[in-house]
Amino acid sequence: MPSQLKRGLAALCCLVFAAGAARADHLYVSNEKDNTVTVVDAATLAIVKTVPVGARPRGLLLAKDRKSLYVCTSDADHIEELDIATLSVTRTLQSGPDPETFALSPDGKTLYVSNEDDNQVSIVDIASGRISDEIPTGVEPEGMVVSPDGKTIVNTSETTSMAHFIDAASHKMIASVLVGSRPRFAAFTKDGGQVWVSSEVGGNVSIIDVASHKVIHTITFAIPGVPAETIQAVGINLSPDGKWGFVALGPANRVAVIDAASFAVKKYLLVGQRVWHMDFSFDGKTLYTANGVSNDMSVIDVGDLKVLKSVPVGHLPWGVVYGP
Amino acid sequence: MVFRALRIALVFAAAVVRPASAADQPPAPASPAATPAATSAASATPIAIVYLALAVKRSLPESYLDQPPADEGLAGAGVALADNNTTGHFTGQDFILDPVVAPDEAGVIAAFRDRLGKGAREFVTDVPASLLLKLADLPDARAATLIDATDADDRLRAEGCRRNVLHVLPSRAMLADSLMQYLVVKSWRRIMLLAGQTADDKLYADAVRRSAKKFQIKIVADKMWSFNPAEQRADTGHFEVNTEVANITQGVDYDLLVVADEEDNFGDELGYRATLARPVAGTQGLVPTAWSRVYDETGATQLQNRFLRAAHRWMTERDYGAWMAVRALGEAAIRTHSGDPAVIGAYLRSPKFELAAFKGERLSFRAWDGQLRQPVLLADSRSLVSISPQPGFLHEFFETDTLGVDQPESTCHLN
Repeated sequence: MPSQLKRGLAALCCLVFAAGAARADHLYVSNEKDNTVTVVDAATLAIVKTVPVGARPRGLLLAKDRKSLYVCTSDADHIEELDIATLSVTRTLQSGPDPETFALSPDGKTLYVSNEDDNQVSIVDIASGRISDEIPTGVEPEGMVVSPDGKTIVNTSETTSMAHFIDAASHKMIASVLVGSRPRFAAFTKDGGQVWVSSEVGGNVSIIDVASHKVIHTITFAIPGVPAETIQAVGINLSPDGKWGFVALGPANRVAVIDAASFAVKKYLLVGQRVWHMDFSFDGKTLYTANGVSNDMSVIDVGDLKVLKSVPVGHLPWGVVYGP
Repeated sequence: MVFRALRIALVFAAAVVRPASAADQPPAPASPAATPAATSAASATPIAIVYLALAVKRSLPESYLDQPPADEGLAGAGVALADNNTTGHFTGQDFILDPVVAPDEAGVIAAFRDRLGKGAREFVTDVPASLLLKLADLPDARAATLIDATDADDRLRAEGCRRNVLHVLPSRAMLADSLMQYLVVKSWRRIMLLAGQTADDKLYADAVRRSAKKFQIKIVADKMWSFNPAEQRADTGHFEVNTEVANITQGVDYDLLVVADEEDNFGDELGYRATLARPVAGTQGLVPTAWSRVYDETGATQLQNRFLRAAHRWMTERDYGAWMAVRALGEAAIRTHSGDPAVIGAYLRSPKFELAAFKGERLSFRAWDGQLRQPVLLADSRSLVSISPQPGFLHEFFETDTLGVDQPESTCHLN
């Protein structure tokens, strides 16, 4: 019996590794209420596995080497590293209390984590898994992003309604820019010249010129038949070709498509309920959205600007990441 | 539903505020001068917010489970002050809270005059409606802004409205409308109304009557509760109460028992005791309210946690009112980057003003009566049941304006 079990296990291992080598790309969705990450095959859109993780998983990031996924498990007060080959949690990293969202330095060595309950940003050294520094910021820090050159960190604070620009080398605050109420998410343009900041309660997107730290434009939204109060801007993804900005509008159940040059809203795409965070496929041709209330993921064709499909995932999906 | 604290001396109150703000303030940022928002216009003098409260001794609530906190209201103001100052560090603005808790009306008026004389113009009030009007009508108060943090009196939003007064908590009309909209959605069209004997209970019951008519809910029985509250505290008092509730609810069929008991004298003793098995709503049971400890949506968890850490107890509706009032003043000062009372006052009333108060949407003041428009929670003691306005109650401008008195019906003339 024991030898049979051993043989069985060995066979299973080989199977897992074989599958790992041949597998297609996958989507990883954090389910805030289920304490799981749903893994979806990007080709078939079938669920491959539901991975148990720590309490209240929210922010997700793919490691630079694409071999693992970092998960903010907010109520567990740490970050978990999910190994993509085995689809299991292999390690935990320090994060400071209540980690919600985070950003990865371009060299892949550092995580910048917003600690929503503690008015600070924690800097985590990935190799050691330890916090190397903490930066005080505004009330309820939320959005985190690093500039393409890695020199500037931007953090948004929800009750303070600001985007804070922090020097990545000295950890000193360079500037704080007032934006719309309850800023949720920040995204750099590819050239690093602009930061787009979404405001959930303000229901708009502020475009900040990085050189002057000034808001140069505010994108507002109006959808016929949808009450203005339900238009709450959250996730932002700028298309790799620099042409489009996609903004998730929360309980308006839509993703706004914005011409990144003119800032004009071109289209509203109807997706699932309470859409928050999104991610592109590696080729930039497909966009995926996590819809918190309808418990599904929408698939958007970026070329046609059409919603192709919705895929049921776990309860209260918060974020989605495209990976191998 | 709303019980007033046994308020104590100013010295204690001030002591409560300080640790609350210190605990939540981050260390000063490295170089606030480099912040683009911090221009030379940054106020060197701090922006003073005077918190004016009348110490009112009320009877203890019927349930011993919820003793009124001594620092109710003021503790919320303390957390909001810390929030203002965290942002203020980045904009080069400094806010201070000057709490005044006076034992009588004369004391509140004297303190108000004193602070006006010293140049203060931003006030947050926790006083009864009659006293609020005395303050607002003082000739010196014309240039001041008084944000009423705790009063739900509809008269203050009608004939009793004042140009220098704003209200942050929902009026009784808004509370009643929130409940009635929910009854429409549930198709619970027949209610029994049971009102206590205090003046505030009568106002609450009046609001329910008006709202029922507006939403075509039929009041099949409208009764007054006159049982002596002291008797139910006696040993075996529960027998008496049980019989009394069964008697008063006898011979009438209804979907929901709506209670008007703002001081918590009897409302908690109706459930399970009526003749028919019917739920209770109003000031007890399913309660329309601006804040509840069960509420954790749209980021509310952050405020609940922040308050719990600062005050070592749960946030009440009055604490939330004071928090909104101090935050509203802070928001106006920060957005205008000004400490000028005229600029702050004008911005508060402008369409640009928006308060993020954990309700998932921007809140603003109604131009016609100074009321903060907002969604209203419907919660029992253990769970959030719903949030009004209910889906389907539409409005040309703001769906939240389906709650309370809308502009065409308003009898407030602020000209």
